[in-house]
Amino acid sequence: MKKLIEVKNIYKIFDIKGSEGATILEDINLSVNEGEFLAILGPSGSGKSTLLRIIAGLIPASTGSVTYLGKPIIGVNPGVAMVFQSFALFPWLTVLENVMLGLEAKHISETDKRKKALNIIDVVGLDGFENAYPKELSGGMRQRVGIGRALVSDPDVLLMDEPFSALDVLTAENLRRDLLELWLDGKIPTKSIILVTHGIEEAVYMADRAVILSAGPAKIIRDIPINMPRWRDKKAFEFTDIVDHIYSLMTRKEMRGTEATELQNKKAIVVPNVTAGALTGFLELLEDLNERTDLYKLAERFVMDIEDFLPIVETASLLQFAKVVEGDIELTSAGVEFAQASVIERKELFKTQLIANVPFVSQMLTIIQSKSNQRMNIEFFEEIIRRSVGEDVATQQIETLLNWGRYAEIFEYDNQKEQVYIEKVNQDQ
Amino acid sequence: MAVFATNMSKRRFGVTDILILAFIFVLLYAVLHLGASMSVPFSTEDQIDISLDPAMLPFYAGRSLLRMFAAFGASLIFTLVYGYIAAKSKAAERVLVPLLDILQSVPVLGFLSATITAFMAIFPGSLLGVELASIFAIFTGQAWNMTFSFYHSLITVPKDLEEAAAVLRLNWWQKFMRLELPFSGISLIWNSMMSFGGGWFFLAASETISVLGQSIRLPGVGSYLALAIEAGDMQAILYSILTMVLMIILVDQLFWRPLVVWSQKFKMEMSEAADLPSSFMYNILQRSVVINVCRRGILKPITRVFGFMLDRFAGLSEVAVMEVKRFSNISFLSTIFKIGCGVLFIYWISAPTRAAFELVRGINHIQLIGVFQLGLCTLGRVIIAVFLGALWTIPVGVSIGLNPRLSKILQPIVQVAASFPANMLFPFITILFLKYQINFEWGSISLMMLGTQWYILFNVIAGAMSIPNDLLEASAIYKLTGWAKWKSLIFPSIFPYLVTGAITASGGAWNASIVSEIVSWHEDQLTATGLGAYISQVTAQGDWGGIIWGITVMCIFVVLLNRLVWRRLYQLAEGKYHLG
Repeated sequence: MKKLIEVKNIYKIFDIKGSEGATILEDINLSVNEGEFLAILGPSGSGKSTLLRIIAGLIPASTGSVTYLGKPIIGVNPGVAMVFQSFALFPWLTVLENVMLGLEAKHISETDKRKKALNIIDVVGLDGFENAYPKELSGGMRQRVGIGRALVSDPDVLLMDEPFSALDVLTAENLRRDLLELWLDGKIPTKSIILVTHGIEEAVYMADRAVILSAGPAKIIRDIPINMPRWRDKKAFEFTDIVDHIYSLMTRKEMRGTEATELQNKKAIVVPNVTAGALTGFLELLEDLNERTDLYKLAERFVMDIEDFLPIVETASLLQFAKVVEGDIELTSAGVEFAQASVIERKELFKTQLIANVPFVSQMLTIIQSKSNQRMNIEFFEEIIRRSVGEDVATQQIETLLNWGRYAEIFEYDNQKEQVYIEKVNQDQ
Repeated sequence: MAVFATNMSKRRFGVTDILILAFIFVLLYAVLHLGASMSVPFSTEDQIDISLDPAMLPFYAGRSLLRMFAAFGASLIFTLVYGYIAAKSKAAERVLVPLLDILQSVPVLGFLSATITAFMAIFPGSLLGVELASIFAIFTGQAWNMTFSFYHSLITVPKDLEEAAAVLRLNWWQKFMRLELPFSGISLIWNSMMSFGGGWFFLAASETISVLGQSIRLPGVGSYLALAIEAGDMQAILYSILTMVLMIILVDQLFWRPLVVWSQKFKMEMSEAADLPSSFMYNILQRSVVINVCRRGILKPITRVFGFMLDRFAGLSEVAVMEVKRFSNISFLSTIFKIGCGVLFIYWISAPTRAAFELVRGINHIQLIGVFQLGLCTLGRVIIAVFLGALWTIPVGVSIGLNPRLSKILQPIVQVAASFPANMLFPFITILFLKYQINFEWGSISLMMLGTQWYILFNVIAGAMSIPNDLLEASAIYKLTGWAKWKSLIFPSIFPYLVTGAITASGGAWNASIVSEIVSWHEDQLTATGLGAYISQVTAQGDWGGIIWGITVMCIFVVLLNRLVWRRLYQLAEGKYHLG
């Protein structure tokens, strides 16, 4: 089998002023062979989309190299086309014009462009919509245009960045099948597909191989071949077994950050982006179940996307309200107490767990208390976080920490002055 | 011919097509005829006579229109080039954007005298120099706003579309035509329309000007009016105003409306909006066989050939850059280039700067400080004008904005009123002032308001229209009325719009001060103490030191006012009172 794309020792570090920078990707090695359908799986924010963009040549890696047919790429990878989560269609161009855009860079005559485009429009099932504008189409149809635009230039490798996650369940399923059919029946000359997704089931259903990334900084933690014959039955034992296996892999690694030794590490102040309200709801539901539960089944039961689900699980275990062991979740005694408590008592419990388990919050508290006016600029804390995790994450972190702190009534926040402060009235009550 | 056969419009050739054909021929003839008369011989001693005969008005209107469109064309080209460079080069951005910010707050009219002499020197003995100076004045009134809008669009192109363009390997020209220009289309056209509306004021002001002790007149509606004022001919004044209003409405209906409707196809939204703008002219053009044949038979092949050539050029230029990158250190080369640009720029401006400095040094200190005091007077007038403008437009604007039927009727009218050059109405007010012996120190404020209050009204209406219906319903349920409703709902909602309107009005008022602090009727002249009057006077006398110092002081005032007051208010509006 010929190697189409090879990724060697890729590191991606986003530079931050005055610190060592935030590592997004760590030592990624990967090769894609001809005839292979590869899925890249990882929790949200794990850098899987960044990896795909490095393969596409859209952003440069900090170190390491990407080669296409043995040659290192400069700028955009010449052998790939890409399908986007948001479709990325040009709203002012018709379906035909959007698809023809895939041939814009090729030096062929206008008539040939037209012919090729019309042909691919037929293949992806958009016959009759050539002159429609994207806004006249449903989500599924729009993504078909996106796929058509990518396929029309006969790329060797098709890159897909969460192509189905902006679609509703039924439409997504329909599109997955159609794409798989094109691929399996050889109706398209594409030699290989790389699919980035957070849907474990989707990956197991479609791909020949799944590469699993850990949460930031992302490393490849497992490379799993999926050797089931097509078409795969989602209810089959073999299928659910693999899904379950990947699920426990992802949740186990997810918890890495909460281990005591890691907490000492500066980087571990990264808290999942979950509101106190979402956590409360989750703990209540878990208490209703009143038993140790399989995480995968739980997510299905709550009809939740893994993208939304995992951060909540992570928060629950970070604050020691729940324990995760081998893909199962269980409430701790604190968790049970919290679920049964009244609204006011909950705040107290939350406060205790927060100060005990998130060192940064107690650090914040100490700093504010040490000030004579009991006020501190938010910018100060943001700067500390920014040094270890970078600009984008820092904003999100501060938002989450403020949400938690205000809910637990540990501190207040003045939006006008952008200051965190401790309310004095509190002590009188 | 295959192009025609497959895409032939199903409609048959009709009366509208004949009209459109006739219109196209008339337009071509008019442009050629009017254009030819732009470069007739000219000297300050031997001026072109302007006639007050109403029959000449169509010709003058044509000349004025040609000036407007020439200026707009120049603004558009400037916008595309300047905005593109500012958005694409980080180094250029650091210089170009702050420069643009200063340029847009500088009172344009103050520079008119300098530019007229410069252009006259370039084209000695021809009217073209004065024509270009007038066009340049209109250009400076239009370009900055358009450029800002285009630059802003370019840096806010959605990331996924950027990435798609990169993966599709579009070269810079293809990317510009397929992505960047369409994406900025709506706001560019909208801003162009607004800037064009503001341009009428500069047209009227720049067609006739006293410079270096000479009064220069260009054939046009503005100079027709000026002559009518001098002669005290009320009827001619009315004719010129009527012509102006007609021109504004025609350009709006025949040019801007169709463009605005057409630009709707560049909307980024993925859902169909319910209330789309419409234009009868657009519908006629859409259906016309003539236009379709022109488009497919003439326009398309031409754009295709040009597109093909630029396409190849862009491709080659990118290959060239890649090659240079491979063989040499690009950052070293670009640093040298940047330093070269800087040195050249300093060299280029050093001599004129020194000369200007010498001129200003020639003025005595008391006079230098006196100009600052004049600036304070004008500052006071600007602030009072904006304040008074806000005072009446807030209640009126809100009641119009909250009434959908009323706002639908009145908004276009307000727009025309905002476009109408207020300086054309000055004579009427002047007559009143003269008749009732009103103190012109205060009276000139009303002249200032005449042109600027519309911007506030326009924005307040837009603000009131944007108040979400659920908030209005909530305030009705909680029985908020009177002051409580104003304090908790209306004022916070319209605040950002009010600030935007006030900023525009304040900029307009500074410009207006140059023509509104000194007015004349027949033989009488009224002058108010202020910087605007000072600049007008020194310009008429040809006192270069005074001109330079006057403009410098005005720029200082405007920039300080912007930095210290308007920018802060704007940030407050953006931060606290931003809906949604």
